[in-house]
Amino acid sequence: MILKLIIRNAFRHRLRTILTVAGVAIAILAFGMLRTLVGLWYLGVERSSATRLVTRNAISLIFPLPLSYKERIRRIPGVKSVSYGNWFGGIYIDEKHFFASEAMEARSFLELYPEFLLPPEQKEAFIRDRKGCIAGKKLAEMYGWKPGDLITLRGTIFPGQWEFVLRGVYRGAERSTEERALFFHWDYLNETLKKSSPRRADQVGFYMINVAKPEVAADVAQAVDRTFKNSLAETLTETEKAFQLGFASMTEAIMIAIQIVSYVVIVIIMVVAANTMAMTARERIAEYATLKTLGFGAVHIGAIIFGESMVISLLGGVLGVLLTFPAAHWIESELAQFFPYFSVSLSTVGLDLLIACCVGAVAGLFPTWRGATIRIADGLRRIG
Amino acid sequence: MDVQKSPIVEIDNLSKSYWRGSQIIPVLEGISFAISEGEFLALMGPSGSGKSTLLNLIAGIDTADNGTIRVGGVDITSLSEAELAGWRSANVGFIFQFYNLMPVLTAFENVELPLLLTSLSRSERRKHVELALGVVNLTDRMDHYPSQLSGGQQQRVAIARAIVSDPAILVADEPTGDLDRVSAEDILTLMERLVREFGTTIIMVTHDPRAADKAHCVRHLEKGVLLAS
Repeated sequence: MILKLIIRNAFRHRLRTILTVAGVAIAILAFGMLRTLVGLWYLGVERSSATRLVTRNAISLIFPLPLSYKERIRRIPGVKSVSYGNWFGGIYIDEKHFFASEAMEARSFLELYPEFLLPPEQKEAFIRDRKGCIAGKKLAEMYGWKPGDLITLRGTIFPGQWEFVLRGVYRGAERSTEERALFFHWDYLNETLKKSSPRRADQVGFYMINVAKPEVAADVAQAVDRTFKNSLAETLTETEKAFQLGFASMTEAIMIAIQIVSYVVIVIIMVVAANTMAMTARERIAEYATLKTLGFGAVHIGAIIFGESMVISLLGGVLGVLLTFPAAHWIESELAQFFPYFSVSLSTVGLDLLIACCVGAVAGLFPTWRGATIRIADGLRRIG
Repeated sequence: MDVQKSPIVEIDNLSKSYWRGSQIIPVLEGISFAISEGEFLALMGPSGSGKSTLLNLIAGIDTADNGTIRVGGVDITSLSEAELAGWRSANVGFIFQFYNLMPVLTAFENVELPLLLTSLSRSERRKHVELALGVVNLTDRMDHYPSQLSGGQQQRVAIARAIVSDPAILVADEPTGDLDRVSAEDILTLMERLVREFGTTIIMVTHDPRAADKAHCVRHLEKGVLLAS
């Protein structure tokens, strides 16, 4: 009967309940979206391999390293293989059509990144063609590219019009693998530079090192940096995770601001829900007093009020969670340029429901206390 | 009609006052009287005379400053809040001026409410509820919500709720105050019937002399003092 009272009371003022449920749902939806956005920002960090190291110039990533370092790195104990590359930062059509483009040493790069899955014949075609490139499945789909198509990028770091022939379309081993990037031969970049700007030739932006096992990663990183200490281009070697974290930390202030906003949204809906519950409880004080008169205790009255608050908040929470998935799908398909992978994690869903519970608990706290402790005579408002 | 049986309610030197800001307002002073089992007592008096406060004290929903109230041999002024709640559910039936039914529950569910605090099974509860609704002649409306019933019918549901647990006393605070003359007469006849056929003890607060006429005994309160009967 208590449960019946809770459910029926919750829908007594339908419009009020619907508006409150909608408010909680929108707040949970916003919270879920913002949390997902923050999570995505650190996705590169999470999907980093524990056996990969990145070596860059110790001063900054924008300063190059000599190509000659490659062999010296390869000889360091614990190093399994070495690849290298440059961030290219080309523009396709115009600035709005941004995607990652990198010049890589093809064969070693594909060995180092097994998560990029390429059909064997496409892999061979890419390796054989110096002007060839590969693109992620999502990127290829977005522009309707097929193997054999000519792709022209305008260089920003390396000026000029750069033409590539698409030789393969890779897909990610996991759903979170980056599928909106373009890779081409570092040799093509280097040979072109030798002609146009010889001073920039034979220099790489970064080295990627594959170590035998995660336990030796720290020792190898120290050994690499020790090798080039006091040289013209000192190195900074870190795990791929730390390297990605370095990128993410550049925008940490924005991420913190987004997190604060997500919590502010929850606090606002908490206040709104608390006001609704306080109003509801005030209207029903005489009913609570009547129940007390009949012998129902503070626990019963408290359960009725608190339960109603929880039902409304949880309904809003569940609705918000259910809305999160189509919203995330819409963002992923319509705003793929900015959010190529926008998937709501289970931990975000769990946090959404936990927050909905907290909203219900906080909103119901004061009305529950008030209803449970009301004096019967005051509640009945009858003093003869 | 012989209603002079052993007293079921014994009130001795009862006092009650309220604080209004820093001022003490005496509501009841030195009230002493007894109510016999099966008696239909009407408490009358002008507004603010303390009659509803007296009713609340007898019903155990308010606490006295001084004096004792014994109901069925139990001194309810010595009971704790929790003990009072248990005692009320077992011994007192309430009839309010505005019926005080739960609007989200059907007539059946409203009448069933006091039985939820007992150890009765679901089928036993159903039997009791149907019997109580039968007494007030509302078995055909048991699935109706209060909003689907007239004022008189709602008060009959409230009476069924009051008698369903077979309490020692029924307390009624202006039971006909919100009803038209015909419905009021109907309710009073029903209350008379409860006393006559089931030996129920009823204590009723009323302003209405016609309602008081149905009672076996009428006591008047004025400024918190019980006038000589």
